[in-house]
Amino acid sequence: MTGSICVFAEQWRGSISEATYEALALGREVADALGVQLTAILTGSNARELAQTLGAADLVVYVDHPLLAETLPQPTAEALAQVLQDRRPRAFIVPLTNVSLGVGTLLALRLGTAGINFCKDVRIAGGRLQAVCVMYGGKIEATVEAAGEPVVLGLWPGARPAEKGRSSRSPVVEEATVSLRDSPVLLRRYVEAEAGDVDLTKQDVLVAVGRGIQSKDNLGLAEDLAKSLGGAVAGSRPVIDQGWLPLSRQVGKSGLSVKPKLYVALGISGAPEHVEGMKDSALIVAVNSDPRAPIFNVAHYGIVADVLETIPVLTAAIEAKRAVARHA
Amino acid sequence: MRILVLMKMAPDVVEELEIAPGGTALDLDYVRMILSESDDHALEQALLLKERHGATVTALALDAPEVDDALFTALAKGADRAVKIAGLDAGFPTSQAARAMSQAIAQVPGLSPADLILTGVQAIDDLDGLIAPMVAHALDLPYLGIVTRLSLDASGRTALATKEYPGGVRGEFEVKLPAVLGIQAAEKPPRYVPVAKVRAAMKTQKIDSAPASLPADGGCAAAQVVEMKRNEPAGHAEMLDGDPESVSDKLCGILTGHGLL
Ligand SMILES: Cc1cc2nc3c(=O)[nH]c(=O)nc-3n(C[C@H](O)[C@H](O)[C@H](O)COP(=O)(O)OP(=O)(O)OC[C@H]3O[C@@H](n4cnc5c(N)ncnc54)[C@H](O)[C@@H]3O)c2cc1C
Repeated sequence: MTGSICVFAEQWRGSISEATYEALALGREVADALGVQLTAILTGSNARELAQTLGAADLVVYVDHPLLAETLPQPTAEALAQVLQDRRPRAFIVPLTNVSLGVGTLLALRLGTAGINFCKDVRIAGGRLQAVCVMYGGKIEATVEAAGEPVVLGLWPGARPAEKGRSSRSPVVEEATVSLRDSPVLLRRYVEAEAGDVDLTKQDVLVAVGRGIQSKDNLGLAEDLAKSLGGAVAGSRPVIDQGWLPLSRQVGKSGLSVKPKLYVALGISGAPEHVEGMKDSALIVAVNSDPRAPIFNVAHYGIVADVLETIPVLTAAIEAKRAVARHA
Repeated sequence: MRILVLMKMAPDVVEELEIAPGGTALDLDYVRMILSESDDHALEQALLLKERHGATVTALALDAPEVDDALFTALAKGADRAVKIAGLDAGFPTSQAARAMSQAIAQVPGLSPADLILTGVQAIDDLDGLIAPMVAHALDLPYLGIVTRLSLDASGRTALATKEYPGGVRGEFEVKLPAVLGIQAAEKPPRYVPVAKVRAAMKTQKIDSAPASLPADGGCAAAQVVEMKRNEPAGHAEMLDGDPESVSDKLCGILTGHGLL
């Protein structure tokens, strides 16, 4: 493990997360380019069999402890630090998901090394590792180097296709033991997502509104557009937090991941946490008044305009087209 | 019950961002600083707890352009005290912000012991890590992030915190206090306070100032930006130009081409 590229294998509710396979895919590339091993550390309680799904790694170290059944940030970071104590990788990649948020920051502190957050890629320049980071809500890209190693990298979801991180190979699995103090933070229960009136994941067309829609009163515009396209209305986080749409309509990191045939993003900036939930849509059209809005980085077609002006005109054009088609 | 709210200013990304000469940082001359969005939610959550449990709320922020506005706004909204840590170089990384805050909590009279330390879950410029776990680590306190709901038990010794998971799933956690929590969203949208009330706070209340005291060695290992650039959106999307009518016509054509109309 010393000198390797190492990935935190994140498990949640009995399975390894997609973000872990994405991290393994990137880790595999970097490890191969450097000619070093790709290793993974899996923490859990009675979760050893999950290690078998991590065949993209050469070696999996499994840590079994009742306190690691859930990925509580502090016990998890402590366990990882103990495992890494005398086998230091060059880089340790932690998926940036709601499950693991905070683990990377705590691990870097515990190891006394640098943490680099918001990575979307890793490059090698003159033998040194460089992290390519997306910050400021997606508007800025920074190339970042760490002074020392191991560097702890927080990796945005979507860095590589998860498929590339899956393998039918069987990795070598080692078990490591750790000693942990009691946790002052304990999970009492999970509350399942409320079923909404529509299932966003089953829609062919989604019209998604962001803060740019400005008020609840304007939602009707989006509903009309969605109706003309035969789809449903979804929202970014601020729209849900304001109570303009129910939680079952939220797309993104804490909401749903969707892959409709058409995703229309209206007044959505395109922050990484939103994009990870919609980037795999077949066709993405974005309307935003800011020509530098990061949503245009994932959209196939972009319109720089005021949504309040554009939506009614677009809805009318679509309806006219449909009327012509009906009469043809 | 004493609640501390840690607040950080962050660039308003609605404005155009410019890169400073040298190419490794934002040009702060062109940046408008606003309170980091989730810190605003942390403040709101603290004020809601104050209303329910009679807590005192102290807002602690690092000096930065516009920070006085943010602190007076916090006072106008109902915070009991505002403290500003002065003396950090502009553009300080998050790790330094967290260290300065942790030091201030330990050293500035009246800040500790706090029962609850709330801050935003993440800021858009948290390149070298998150404030909440950093402060929790420095003060050896429990930490939980992505919190969207928070209540206290009768004894005030335990908090019940709801954390967001993917897909709309929530986890309910028991957290022993004192603790540091990263707030994603308050139970209600942050309250609005009229400018007149903020002006009144400026006249009748004050912001305490404390010098930043950082370890001479700068603390932990550094991450260094070697290049910073703006994302060029035009690279991906095909932009449709024109008045709303012609843009709509073009888009209808595209949708028809994709079999969507
Ligand atoms: C742990 C975590 C989890 C998160 N989970 C999610 C999630 O599940 N889903 C999610 O969406 N976010 C999530 N976020 C929040 C995310 O970081 C962003 O804050 C959020 O996506 C921003 O939403 P927005 O684009 O609607 O708002 P903003 O970023 O404020 O963007 C508004 C956009 O509207 C444009 N605009 C304004 N007026 C107009 C107009 N008249 N016409 C056209 N355009 C206009 C502006 O140019 C701007 O680009 C999460 C954050 C964290 C830290």
